[in-house]
Amino acid sequence: MNALNVFLFVAFPYVAVVVFVVGVTYRYRKKGFTVTSLSSQFLEGKQLFWGTIPFHFGILVVFFGHLVAFMFPRATLAWNSVPIRLIILEVTAFIFGVLLLIGLVGLLIRRLSHGRIRAVTTKTDIAIELLLLAQVVLGCWIAVGYRWGSSWFAADLTPYLWSLGTFTPETAAVYALPWPIKLHIVGAFAILLLVPFTRLVHFIVAPFHYVVRPYQQVIWNWNRRSIRDPGTPWTEVRPKSS
Amino acid sequence: MDVRSQISMVFHLDKCIGCHTCSIACKNIWTDRKGAEYMWWNNVETKPGTGYPGKWEDQDIYKGGWEKDGDSIKLKGAGKPKSLTNIFHNPHMPVIDDYYEPFTYKYLDLIESAAGDVQPTARPISMITGEPMDIKMGPNWDDDLSGSPDYARNDPNLKKLSPAEQEAMFEMERMAFFYLPRICNHCLNPACVAACPSGAIYKRGEDGVVLINQDVCRGWRMCVTACPYKKTYYNWSTGKSEKCILCYPRIETGQAPACMHSCVGRIRYLGVMLYDADQIEAVASADEVDVVRRQMEMILDPFDPDVIAAAKANGVADSTIDSAQKSPTYKFVKEWNLALPLHPEFRTLPMLFYVPPLLPVMASVTDVDHTEQSRKINPVGKHWPDSWLYDTTTEELFGTIDDSRFPLEYMASLFSAGDTTAVADRIKKLMAVRLHRRQETVGDVKENTVAEALADTHLTPEVADAIYYLTSLATFDDRFVIPAAHREQAIEMIEFTGDTKGATGFGFMAGSAQRGA
Ligand code: SF4
Ligand code: SF4
Repeated sequence: MNALNVFLFVAFPYVAVVVFVVGVTYRYRKKGFTVTSLSSQFLEGKQLFWGTIPFHFGILVVFFGHLVAFMFPRATLAWNSVPIRLIILEVTAFIFGVLLLIGLVGLLIRRLSHGRIRAVTTKTDIAIELLLLAQVVLGCWIAVGYRWGSSWFAADLTPYLWSLGTFTPETAAVYALPWPIKLHIVGAFAILLLVPFTRLVHFIVAPFHYVVRPYQQVIWNWNRRSIRDPGTPWTEVRPKSS
Repeated sequence: MDVRSQISMVFHLDKCIGCHTCSIACKNIWTDRKGAEYMWWNNVETKPGTGYPGKWEDQDIYKGGWEKDGDSIKLKGAGKPKSLTNIFHNPHMPVIDDYYEPFTYKYLDLIESAAGDVQPTARPISMITGEPMDIKMGPNWDDDLSGSPDYARNDPNLKKLSPAEQEAMFEMERMAFFYLPRICNHCLNPACVAACPSGAIYKRGEDGVVLINQDVCRGWRMCVTACPYKKTYYNWSTGKSEKCILCYPRIETGQAPACMHSCVGRIRYLGVMLYDADQIEAVASADEVDVVRRQMEMILDPFDPDVIAAAKANGVADSTIDSAQKSPTYKFVKEWNLALPLHPEFRTLPMLFYVPPLLPVMASVTDVDHTEQSRKINPVGKHWPDSWLYDTTTEELFGTIDDSRFPLEYMASLFSAGDTTAVADRIKKLMAVRLHRRQETVGDVKENTVAEALADTHLTPEVADAIYYLTSLATFDDRFVIPAAHREQAIEMIEFTGDTKGATGFGFMAGSAQRGA
């Protein structure tokens, strides 16, 4: 039992993170052509709305919720010290969790029932969607059955995750957790591990830089101002090419 | 003054015979692939008609292009912040049914079916799902006014005409049409570039070709919405957007783009124009009526010493300046003022210009009595009720322009944001050239009529002859003046040639950069 615990909560997370980082970097640098959202809106746009919108907004809030508890555990606990604030936090998180669930189910139904969408569906698409679904169902169950997640996450899980980060794993608290939560943790690392191999990779390239970019982009093959400067062919300065 | 060079195009609509050879040439080279079968980077539409994708000109539906926003402009259906807030679901995105579902036929059934009482047929199947399908639409379903009630009648450009004018256009006897071949306009103020959240689309500095980097595109689909001409297409299989690349691998090696090279009607011209990039923003935000005129003003005279000096200072190669001086597009667009951009009101400053068609506009129809003629012809044709005659005589010089079969408002809605004089000016010029040549070759037009027509349009006989030459007799090299690409300089500046100098044998060189589809 202990060997399994060590594997799942110490070895596996490290493996997952390493695979994620190496895999994503490799795919981004070497296989840029495969990094895409693989949007299917072009083939079917109406049903998609009812899946993609709740799914994406749901997952954004839920993901950042987890992130906040991980980054700022003390602030989270302080916020939760007033019961009404705790309730507001938990209820909001739960609502977005349910939205995420509804969206995901909607997307799955669309993917399986629509002929054109089936034509652009691969086995990994289905596999990763089922894994996500299991993860979300577990998450919603935990939110209801093991209250209050935001508090014990900040108190128990955050130290565990940080301890992994500092290579001094402290796992006692995790080993003692009930099995649905354990499964949820393993699921999270499994998803992380699979990101470089699935369509999920597109969240890495979320285009926030668009906000600061000027609208028009012109790329030159050479530095046009210095092309006629007789000195340039022998300098070490190489302009960025396209 | 920031002088840059742009490869620009002119399509002479009077010469287009609507054969679609251009579309096929393009398809065979670039888009005969899964996910791209529905794309026609080059397509030819019949006007009046709804085009491809259906009603693409109607920006109330598609929200493409720029619109005026105070003193400046903003993207209509994308941009900041819409390109990001609509990223999960883009409400203005056309779907495949707006184009057509690509299909093929089960040809093998013709050969491999078991012997039976009935002939086997090749059933149509969808190229997306592979399932049998009923073909409802194709990319040129409205060719030659077929299905007019569904297509031609719904042409967005007809909105500007009164119901009576519309009726007149569709009277059987008066019906006229012309062809409108379209490719990406390689705009100076491209909406596709501006809308792309990933920054995958860019304009090449050296020649102004607009390209999508396939390694950087993430399938956010905003360019599809933003291009008012619907000339970026989403590849449903690869999840990347694609567009006309102006056959840049051909251009770089001195060949004309495939659509232009293969054009049967020889309607296409390609050449360099120098322009002042500093003016782009101001011109694109000008009042609607001024956009065309100011876009023409942006284009610079390649013989002007100041322009040449500024171009050189900006790194424009001598060979490019030389091409600009020989450019057929410069002549049509700027020197002779004969061509206009398509839908300038979209404010992308397109660099593909059209010489408006003269024939459907000028030809009027007159009521004639041809009892005598019908007596001579075969009894089958005798009861031909048509007493209309396609009349291209020009007794009143330009009199026919106003009551032509194509209302000028219609042409103006296509080519000059509603400014009918801009279209009329060009049509008059074409007419004057025609009169001048008629007098030279047939001689049945009075000399002073011709002189009057030329004077009216500010043409000299020499210029008229030059227009005639480039229109009718021009050789391949007259029509396509392609500057050297000077990739050698690019390579020199990216990979320092000195690094490998003196080295022998096979070094460890990085693979060459991949670009485009
Ligand atoms: S025509 Fe469309 S795709 Fe081409 S450059 Fe202009 S905006 Fe972009
Ligand atoms: S090949 Fe030329 S003539 Fe034929 S449709 Fe295309 S543009 Fe027109």
